[in-house]
Amino acid sequence: MEIIKKIHTQRGAKLNIKGGADKIFGNALPSPTFSINPDDFFGSIPKLLKKEGEKIAAGESLFFSKNDPQIKFVSPVSGVVQTIQRGARRKIEKIIIAADGTDESVTHKVENWEKLDREGLKSLLLESGNWPFIHQRPYGTLANPTDTPKAIFVSTFKTCPLSPDYSFILNDERESFQAGIDVLNSMVDQKVFLGTDASFAGMFGDIKDVQHYTIAGPHPAGNLSLHIQELAPLNMGDRVWTVNPEDVVNIGRFMNSGKFSSSRTVAVTGNAIEKAHYIRTRLGAEIQPILDYFTPKSSQFRVINGDVLTGTSVSEAGHLGYYNNQLTVIPEGNTYRMFGWLPFKDNNILSLSNTSFSRLFNKSGFEVNTNLNGEERALVVTGEMEKVFPLDVYPMQLIKACLIEDIEKMEALGIYEVVPEDFGLIDYANTSKLEAQEIIREGIELMINEVG
Amino acid sequence: MNALRKTLDSIKKPFGKGQKLEKFAPAINAFDTFLFVPNHTTKKGAHIRDAVDLKRTMVTVIIALLPALIYGIYNTGYQYYIQTDTPFTFLDAFIHGAWKIVPMIIVSYVVGLSIEFGFAVYRGHEVNEGYLVTGLLIPMIMPVDIPLWMVGISTAFAVLIAKEAFGGTGMNILNPALTARAFAFFAYPTYMSGNKVWVSEAGSVDAISGETILGSLAAGQDVNYSMMEMFQGSIPGSIAETSTLWVGVGALILIVTGIGSWRIITGGILGAAVMGLLFNLWGANALMSFSWMNHLVVGGFAFGIVFMATDPVSAAQTNKGKWIYGILVGIFCIMIRVFNPAYPEGVMLAILLMNVFAPTIDHYVVNGNIKKRKKRWNSAQELKTA
Repeated sequence: MEIIKKIHTQRGAKLNIKGGADKIFGNALPSPTFSINPDDFFGSIPKLLKKEGEKIAAGESLFFSKNDPQIKFVSPVSGVVQTIQRGARRKIEKIIIAADGTDESVTHKVENWEKLDREGLKSLLLESGNWPFIHQRPYGTLANPTDTPKAIFVSTFKTCPLSPDYSFILNDERESFQAGIDVLNSMVDQKVFLGTDASFAGMFGDIKDVQHYTIAGPHPAGNLSLHIQELAPLNMGDRVWTVNPEDVVNIGRFMNSGKFSSSRTVAVTGNAIEKAHYIRTRLGAEIQPILDYFTPKSSQFRVINGDVLTGTSVSEAGHLGYYNNQLTVIPEGNTYRMFGWLPFKDNNILSLSNTSFSRLFNKSGFEVNTNLNGEERALVVTGEMEKVFPLDVYPMQLIKACLIEDIEKMEALGIYEVVPEDFGLIDYANTSKLEAQEIIREGIELMINEVG
Repeated sequence: MNALRKTLDSIKKPFGKGQKLEKFAPAINAFDTFLFVPNHTTKKGAHIRDAVDLKRTMVTVIIALLPALIYGIYNTGYQYYIQTDTPFTFLDAFIHGAWKIVPMIIVSYVVGLSIEFGFAVYRGHEVNEGYLVTGLLIPMIMPVDIPLWMVGISTAFAVLIAKEAFGGTGMNILNPALTARAFAFFAYPTYMSGNKVWVSEAGSVDAISGETILGSLAAGQDVNYSMMEMFQGSIPGSIAETSTLWVGVGALILIVTGIGSWRIITGGILGAAVMGLLFNLWGANALMSFSWMNHLVVGGFAFGIVFMATDPVSAAQTNKGKWIYGILVGIFCIMIRVFNPAYPEGVMLAILLMNVFAPTIDHYVVNGNIKKRKKRWNSAQELKTA
């Protein structure tokens, strides 16, 4: 096996937070309902195919994307469409399916799929609801089926705080993973790029027909934007596709069985629960049955679909997101701190700044909470964003270009090369408590609407 | 703590959302957040946040300023007693200095903060902490005997014209504290230069006179201070800029905490040293042959490069830009000192000049990145069409 590139970065920060998941699997209680949340599909607007009360089988289409009717979204389980929750302007916020406990599912003809050509495979993935597993860059939206991407990236190494370990999650899934890679390979002109951690843990070294590369360094070294910039930099008009490792397995399983696979292995992490560990369930499962396995340590806590930097908060009665392999539970921080602005006071709060001794004293990990630790202010301090931003992009200048909605400048400064998650650490670290991810997300929405 | 918190909450009640005093919420919040870091939690974006905020940043700068300020207060008394041949203790000197300087600090804070609070209420945003530093810097760089009303007017000018006119904290082009000094310098030159302003009471007591070293050099007089005295700061000058030693301690605090840019400070020292050395080699007049090492320790250079040039808002913002900006501040400072005897202290004008050019420097640095990206796009385009 040949490693085509070793990506190494210094710029970034490893947030040493308590509550990492132990490497054991627990089985979640069966989830009575499952939910698909259209907000998980950035840039797509759903058009329903089912009404409330209708029966639906696992793998049967639930809705399609208005922007591209070919892209279908399917139900992860068989059951009944229970509720379609709408928000302002009748925007669909949630589609809840009550599981009936049967295994009734749609089966597609997948024999000899290896012999299908590119277009045949694409229509099979589109029809079976596997297409939403594929994202594209720029913008981080769902891939456009009419494109042929410049490259496809799968990274099995995450560096976000308390990140799940894919070499552990997918250890027994080599065959399905390989099948998924083979499918992706047939949709691109060069072999799939497969990123692994520098120590090459797990079975990813045995995967064939890929271009292996390794990643080392603090967060956000594991973010795909960096890998793409290093290996296949995005020029204007270029498209690169990305797929989450577990979804490569889901695609592979589908190809072997003909049935939509909705597996989701979730690292339940965070310092508000005890004995954090992994659980196996399906995408869109209820959160409460998962949390029942964990004893909360504080009365007020926040459940986050994803990690503490980029995830979205969700109520306990809510459901897992479509893509995240991580659920984080941290205490709320709605308390006051007297004279908390004094330098070198409150060293129990993790700080990347040298105005705190926190990093000197606490090696065992920090308790974190959701306190803003200050208030939003004008942008004053410079240079701190660059320290945690490894891309060859000027982050503050790009943020300012997004704020003034100057499309030409955004393009020139590299809006095509970033997605909001790259700015997670900037959200965390910046002195002015600027919402960088939000600004970049709005900037990208502007680009989609104005440039496409 | 809980009792205090409850009292504060009840005081704040009429300022809450929908209450009749809601408009004045920024003013009361400024006092509240001074006591307590608020209980706000993250609503969007990252769910956890760093402990650092703008208050902590600004307070760190104030801590870095304290050594120079305390020495400046002492030196004010020291110069006075030495010149009048009165025996004195450290405490005497300190009290004399404090008697002069504390009122200036109060005037600067009262005037500046009133304007800041007014604008915060008018514009409906929270009071930014930047003025905590500016308000202390303004008296620290004034001559000790400047009338208080001049301090007040300079402060008002700086905050209104240099800061709020541009949109407030984070938007200004010029460093507000230096703008205040420049305003006083050009509006009231007799109070800002000459040999009667640098030592306390020099204007009223005949026995006292005191020219700054750079002033003496510019006037072609001899300098009777050793380099050690210049370094330690027991020389006449603006209140807190004389002691390179204690400014150096402040610089150390700023660099170690990462609040002040080491790139700007190092660049500035480098630029000034090289420029001074070149003039030494030329050596056409007294100012030119004034040793480059002495250039670094006399006048406001050290204070300026450490506390004023590093103001992140008015300095260059990119790392490369900070080097260029720092070096140019150093070069221009020495150049103005040597070539323009009307302005014996060059650092104020050098920094203000570079403040104006900082966005241009950044523009070219960022453009380098843009050009690289466009070049990549173009070569990819050529490959596709070829």
